[in-house]
Amino acid sequence: MVVFGQFLEVLIGGLLAGVLYSLVALGFVLIFKASGVFNFAQGAMVLLAGLALVRSLDFMVARGVPVWAAIVLGLVFAGLIMAISAWLIERFVVGPLVNQDGLTLFMSTIGATFIIEGAAQLIFGSDVYPLRLFPTDAWFLFESAFPGGILVNKLDVWGGLIAGILVTGLAIFFQKTKTGRALRAVADDHAAAQSVGIPISWIWFVVWLVAGLVALVAATVWGTKLGVQFSITFLALKALPVLIIGGFTSVPGAIVGGLLIGAGEKLAEVYLGPFIGGGIEYWFAYVLALAVLLARPQGLFGERIIERI
Amino acid sequence: MSQAQSAAAPRTAKAVLAVKNIEVIYDHVILVLKGVSLEVLEGGIVALLGANGAGKSTTLKAISNLIKSERGDVTKGSIEFRGERVDRLTPNDLVRRGCIQVMEGRHCFGHLTVEENLLTGSFTRTDGRTAVANDLEMVYGYFPRLKERRTSLAGYISGGEQQMTAIGRALMSAPSMMLLDEPSMGLAPQLVEEIFEIVKRLNTEQGLSVLLAEQNTNMALKYATYGYILENGRVVMDGEAKSLRENEDVREFYLGIGGGDRRSFRDVKSYKRRKRWLA
Repeated sequence: MVVFGQFLEVLIGGLLAGVLYSLVALGFVLIFKASGVFNFAQGAMVLLAGLALVRSLDFMVARGVPVWAAIVLGLVFAGLIMAISAWLIERFVVGPLVNQDGLTLFMSTIGATFIIEGAAQLIFGSDVYPLRLFPTDAWFLFESAFPGGILVNKLDVWGGLIAGILVTGLAIFFQKTKTGRALRAVADDHAAAQSVGIPISWIWFVVWLVAGLVALVAATVWGTKLGVQFSITFLALKALPVLIIGGFTSVPGAIVGGLLIGAGEKLAEVYLGPFIGGGIEYWFAYVLALAVLLARPQGLFGERIIERI
Repeated sequence: MSQAQSAAAPRTAKAVLAVKNIEVIYDHVILVLKGVSLEVLEGGIVALLGANGAGKSTTLKAISNLIKSERGDVTKGSIEFRGERVDRLTPNDLVRRGCIQVMEGRHCFGHLTVEENLLTGSFTRTDGRTAVANDLEMVYGYFPRLKERRTSLAGYISGGEQQMTAIGRALMSAPSMMLLDEPSMGLAPQLVEEIFEIVKRLNTEQGLSVLLAEQNTNMALKYATYGYILENGRVVMDGEAKSLRENEDVREFYLGIGGGDRRSFRDVKSYKRRKRWLA
């Protein structure tokens, strides 16, 4: 029973950690779906959103604004910052490159990454800023069934909840709304979308805005976990295997990929670690991604690459 | 020459689209159109004929303003749609005003279903859901095959169905003028005829004006009311479809018939010299 209890604990912890990876991966999926661009700047956007939020919070709380109001205003302010950056990116980075090759656009987002990282730290500061939006203590579940119960981090549960809401919302937005449909159309064929009167610049602004808001949500959770700091941008690297496994174009894929990686790396760490040496957590995701690339290059849920003859 | 033609056949209907002496340059250096003028009258089907690279697609894209994202630029002349200069508008503005292009090569959204493809065409509409739903039924009325395939991904349907989807998608914007680029491309002759029949019906029943760029001269002149022939970025000949069909040179060079008593290659060359004078 102790063994099973430990297994469950590792599994649940892993799954919930995986959801947090999914949160970052979602931002990538959104932009890739709608513009065919692999957005290298997603990690930097999480940093920007986090810094905007935490610094405005600190600023307001220090001046005696009640905490709940500060949180609301801080979220609004950070959302506004993401909207402005979405507009700037559309206007100056991807906008002039409509109809260009995916690789060209990808390169331009690398450039945007450095600018966002630099600007964010220049404006908001480059220290480690603690953020406390969610409880970080632990729950002990099923204490009657297992000795000592199962330890679950409350923050991870919050993260899971938020990701669930976000994914449902995004799925409805993409499948049911006019703008969502236009987003998918633009992703398929820029030129044809333009020809039926879909204004590409507006669509791309919307996409980058939504990705920016997803980055903000990811920043609230990850900021609480790690503190808002520069290393948060490396989350982008962790999201990459999630995307490869789930498929670059699938919102549910980002979630499932995150869960697989989260659970997989924690289980591997605990159960394989003693035999082949620790530190599995750091490379497990990439090896898994490599295996998926060999077997199913479009990912588990990726859109089939349609090739008519 | 254009003036001469209109003088010969005075037209009473108003011009929906008037392209006046436009010059198009790609990438700042490649001169593609060297002064093209044409007119589409209300309710007309006008064919834009010519060989590969003559400038048919470029003309259409210049009108629909899609040319800018291909690094092309209209450097001279003007384009008027219903009396308003439109050559500095975005494609979105033009679709709102009722002029839409159906691109060459169909360009359906492969990962969207047929119905979703059609609905994307209504993006610019502001007249409410019921009007859009009515138009969807109207499109299904013209293309019953699309109704059968409404839930299929557009990437998997046949070429003819894709062409129908592309035309239907354009119709969903409730246009008064359609720029139709090479609808016969890659389709079986029977399908080409079917699609042209539907375009003709749209023209008579919905009052849709059509500017049609086509290599299939025979088919185009059968359905068009008026035609322009482009060569090397210039209009070399224009006239009523009927008179073009009967024109000796058109018959020989574009329809591949006639020219019976002209056997010598030297005569062909003399034709070419004559043509240079016309241009």
